[in-house]
Amino acid sequence: MGKLLVIFFGGVLLNNFILSRFLGICPFIGISQRVDTAAGMSAAVIFVMGLASVVTWFFHNMILVPLGLEYLQTIGFILIIAALVQLVEMVIQKTSPTLYQALGIYLPLITTNCAVLGVTILNISESYNLLEAAVNGVAGASGFALAIILFAAIRERMELSEIPESLKGFPIALITAGLMSMAFLGFAGFRLEALFGVM
Amino acid sequence: MSFKSEFSKGIIKENPTFRMLLGMCPTLATSLAISNGIGMGLAATFVLVGSNVIISALRKVTPEKIRIPIFVVVIATFVTTVDLIMAAFLPDLHEVLGIFIPLIVVNCIIFARAEAFAFQHGIVDSLADGLGMGLGWTLALCGLSAIRELLGTGTLLAIPDFGFPGIRVFDQSLAAVMVILPPGGFITLGLLIGLLNLVANRKNKRAQEG
Repeated sequence: MGKLLVIFFGGVLLNNFILSRFLGICPFIGISQRVDTAAGMSAAVIFVMGLASVVTWFFHNMILVPLGLEYLQTIGFILIIAALVQLVEMVIQKTSPTLYQALGIYLPLITTNCAVLGVTILNISESYNLLEAAVNGVAGASGFALAIILFAAIRERMELSEIPESLKGFPIALITAGLMSMAFLGFAGFRLEALFGVM
Repeated sequence: MSFKSEFSKGIIKENPTFRMLLGMCPTLATSLAISNGIGMGLAATFVLVGSNVIISALRKVTPEKIRIPIFVVVIATFVTTVDLIMAAFLPDLHEVLGIFIPLIVVNCIIFARAEAFAFQHGIVDSLADGLGMGLGWTLALCGLSAIRELLGTGTLLAIPDFGFPGIRVFDQSLAAVMVILPPGGFITLGLLIGLLNLVANRKNKRAQEG
C-alpha cells in the first residue's frame, strides 16, 4: 500500500508529467484556453492512461516477453493506444455528444499525446507489477489533469491582461508554464518514502 | 517546387519549432546540452526522412481510411531501428535521451509531415522535405541547447560519449542551475520565441513603412 501511495503522489506532484517530465506539452498548450474543456480532456486522458497502462502491461508480460519480442514494444504499444483511443472516442460520442463536440478534434490527438505512450514505457522500464502500473498510469494522468486545469484557469485570467505584442499566445503560455513548473519544483523536497513508511 | 526550395523551407520559413510550434515535448526535455540536441535532432531526421520516403512511395496503394495506422507502423519501424542503433553505438546518449527516443513515434512533426506533405507529394520532394524539416528542428534544438548548456553549466559542447568534458566558458559557481531544470526549459524557449517574434514584427513594420 505504501509503495502505491509513493507512486501516486510521486506521479502527481514530484514528477508531474507536464511540469517536470515534459510529457504531453502539446495538449497542455493546445486546449488550455478554457477550464471546462481542459477538465473534459483530463477525464479522457485519465481513463485512457489508466486503461493503456493495464493493457500494455498484459501485452508486454504475456506476449512479448515469453516470445522474446521485446524490441516490438514501441510498435505494439502505439497500436494498442491508437485502438483504445478510438474506443474511448466512440463511447464519448454515444454517451455525451456535448463533451464530444467540445473536445472535437482533440480526442484523436490523445493517440499522439506522448504522456500516454510515455507512461506505458516507464511502467515497463521501472518493472512495475500490474497494480503499480495501473496506479502509475492514473497518477501520471492526474498530474496532467492538475497541471492543465490550473493552467487553463490562469489563461482565462490572462486573456484580459495586456501582454507585449511579441509575447502574445504561445511564448507567454510557455513562460507561465515555466513559473508553474518552478512552483512544482518545491515538492521535490518531499520525502514520500519516509512519509508513507516505505524504505 | 524544386528540391532546393522544399529543402530550405523547413530550416527558416517553416521551422518546426519556432514557426510551426510542433514537437515541443522532446524540444524542452532534451535541450540540456548541444550533444543531446544533435543526437536527438539527427535521430528524428533519420525517422522523418525514412518515413516520408516510404509513405510517399506507398501513397498510391494506401487506402485513405486506414492511412493513420499505416503511418504509425512505418514511423514506429524507423524509430525502433534508431533506438536499437543508438543503444548499441552511443549508449551514454541513449541513456540521457531515455524514453524520448521511443517517443519519436508520437512526435507531431513527423506525423504532420506524413499527413500534410509526404502523402500528397512525390518521393524526391518528400525526401527533401524530410531532410529540411529534420535539419531545421536539429538547428532549433541546438540553438536552445547551446543557450541552456552555457547558462546552466558554464560549459559548451560537452560530449560524454567521447569522454570530452566540454569547453569551460565561465566558472561553475556562476552557472544558473535553474536554466537546465524543467522551469528553465519552458522560460528559455518562451523568451526565445518571443524574441524571434519581435524581430519578425520589426521586419514586417519596416517593410510596410519603406
